[in-house]
Amino acid sequence: MTPPSGGVDTASDLVEGVLAGNRRALARAITHVEADSAIGREVLARIYPRTGRAQTVGITGSAGAGKSTLVGALAREERKRGRTVGIVAIDPSSPFSHGAILGDRIRMQDLTADGGVFLRSMASRGNLGGLSESATGVVDVLDAAGFDVVMIETVGAGQDEVEVANAAGTTVLVANPGGGDEVQSMKAGLMEVAQVMTVNKSDLAGADTALTQLKALLAIAHLGSWEPPILKTIARTGEGVPELVDAIDRHHAHITSSVHAVEERRAQATRQLIALARAALHREALVAAATTGALEALVDSVARRERDPRNAAAALLDAVKAQWARE
Amino acid sequence: MTQERPIRVLIAKPGLDGHDRGAKVVARALRDAGMEVIYTGIRQTPQMIAEAALQEDVQVVGLSILSGAHLELFPRVVEELRSRGVDDVLLFAGGIIPQDDIPAVNKIGFKGVFGPGTDTNDIIAFVREHAPVRA
Ligand code: B12
Ligand SMILES: Nc1nc2c(ncn2[C@@H]2O[C@H](COP(=O)(O)OP(=O)(O)O)[C@@H](O)[C@H]2O)c(=O)[nH]1
Ligand SMILES: [Mg+2]
Repeated sequence: MTPPSGGVDTASDLVEGVLAGNRRALARAITHVEADSAIGREVLARIYPRTGRAQTVGITGSAGAGKSTLVGALAREERKRGRTVGIVAIDPSSPFSHGAILGDRIRMQDLTADGGVFLRSMASRGNLGGLSESATGVVDVLDAAGFDVVMIETVGAGQDEVEVANAAGTTVLVANPGGGDEVQSMKAGLMEVAQVMTVNKSDLAGADTALTQLKALLAIAHLGSWEPPILKTIARTGEGVPELVDAIDRHHAHITSSVHAVEERRAQATRQLIALARAALHREALVAAATTGALEALVDSVARRERDPRNAAAALLDAVKAQWARE
Repeated sequence: MTQERPIRVLIAKPGLDGHDRGAKVVARALRDAGMEVIYTGIRQTPQMIAEAALQEDVQVVGLSILSGAHLELFPRVVEELRSRGVDDVLLFAGGIIPQDDIPAVNKIGFKGVFGPGTDTNDIIAFVREHAPVRA
């Protein structure tokens, strides 16, 4: 195909290019999927039957835990093992300006020159939960493009970044030594979303303490048939990274071969669908509420303390439903 | 609630130049103006810059250089972009680029050149006016 150029993209060209390994077509297809444009929707519809081949790995943990550095080290190790790697790295959008500085590439500079790696930075664009709304779609495009492994680095802003499980088959939780309080405050949700854990920066003091604390937390978490291994890594030097890849691969083998594989896929499909539908519903409901003028009026009555917020919200929902019935 | 799609910009520092204050000032200003800025850090080869521009599918590529090597490095960045088929990005630059060199820099495709003391509002306005539309 001819590479895309200014404003003349078609879904067919992009899909054809993605499947043929054209990196420029891949990059532009991702742009459309991220924007949720009509072309992006068509690209997803056409490539989705070709997905499901890639091993998907989520990397989550607090900001500064070393996620980007670790993704770089993991990608290098995967390359050594002859596998190609697609990466989606998500950073937060400013809630004020909606702008973002996407700096994850800084930690993976050497990978830029490697034709077996494709790295895309994304801003969260207002989505909570650690991903951006389009992230799962972007993972699908990289999957269809034929990358053996697709890694997703989450925002790393909060303790409830459980959405990574919507996009990844295996999620790695990155913790740090000396983050005793941090480990303590890790909510059950984040613990339960991870199938592999690593104490990164284990060159620093306190790595073994952090490891013990994680183990103790795991002991009281709600777990299924898989017991998450806890490793130690030094992402900066690559120490422990081959073992981490081995652990990720073991979990991958577990979910793809286990008797629960079909169930797992259904559970992930449910999470993906609900997350996207919820976001769409939220947007459309607000549009409908604004159209009827009900939002404005109810806000006024709550502000004047004539109505309580709970009953006002119910009234708003009724107004939205009535508006939808009219449309 | 459909929100305008943010303009995506790559800010890069080619060569061995370690002066990164200006690049960071510009990156932050564009971020605060609602744009998504990919910052790749210092010491980028022309290949790395072009490859990042391709993978990120940015609309705008801004080079920051204070080392004096612009006439050597800028054409190589343009060449690397072209060889990858990245032909629809807005190119612009800033840093220490002598007045006498600006025509040559313009000629190879850099639409704007912004030197020391530039008001970042002028840079924001320039990007908003010239960035090509994507999806
Ligand atoms: C601060 C500074 C340093 C600091 C850098 C700190 C850092 N991390 O950035 C330190 C002390 C480390 C340093 C070191 C050196 N420096 Co020095 N440094 C300066 C100085 C005084 C100010 C630069 C600065 O930060 N300005 C503030 C920022 C905000 O302004 P700015 O970068 O110009 O950016 C603005 C615009 O240019 C524009 N802009 C910049 N980038 C971009 C990108 C885009 C896309 C756009 C649109 C706009 C844009 O917008 C910004 C906002 O207005 C300049 C002199 C000067 N007046 O410029 C010398 C200067 C750049 N340095 C110089 C030299 C020679 C050096 C050294 C080689 C000295 C030595 N012999 O060791 C080393 C080299 C270091 C290296 N590894 O590259 C020379 C370069 C000469 C040349 N190009 O011919 C200068 C010009 C001084 C001089 N007159 O000789 N330096
Ligand atoms: N000492 C030490 N520092 C590390 C290690 N891994 C990452 N870092 C540093 O931690 C900082 C944050 O890393 P980064 O990968 O950007 O973290 P992220 O925000 O989670 O993506 C950087 O300064 C890294 O160099 C490690 O194993 N040991
Ligand atoms: Mg990061």
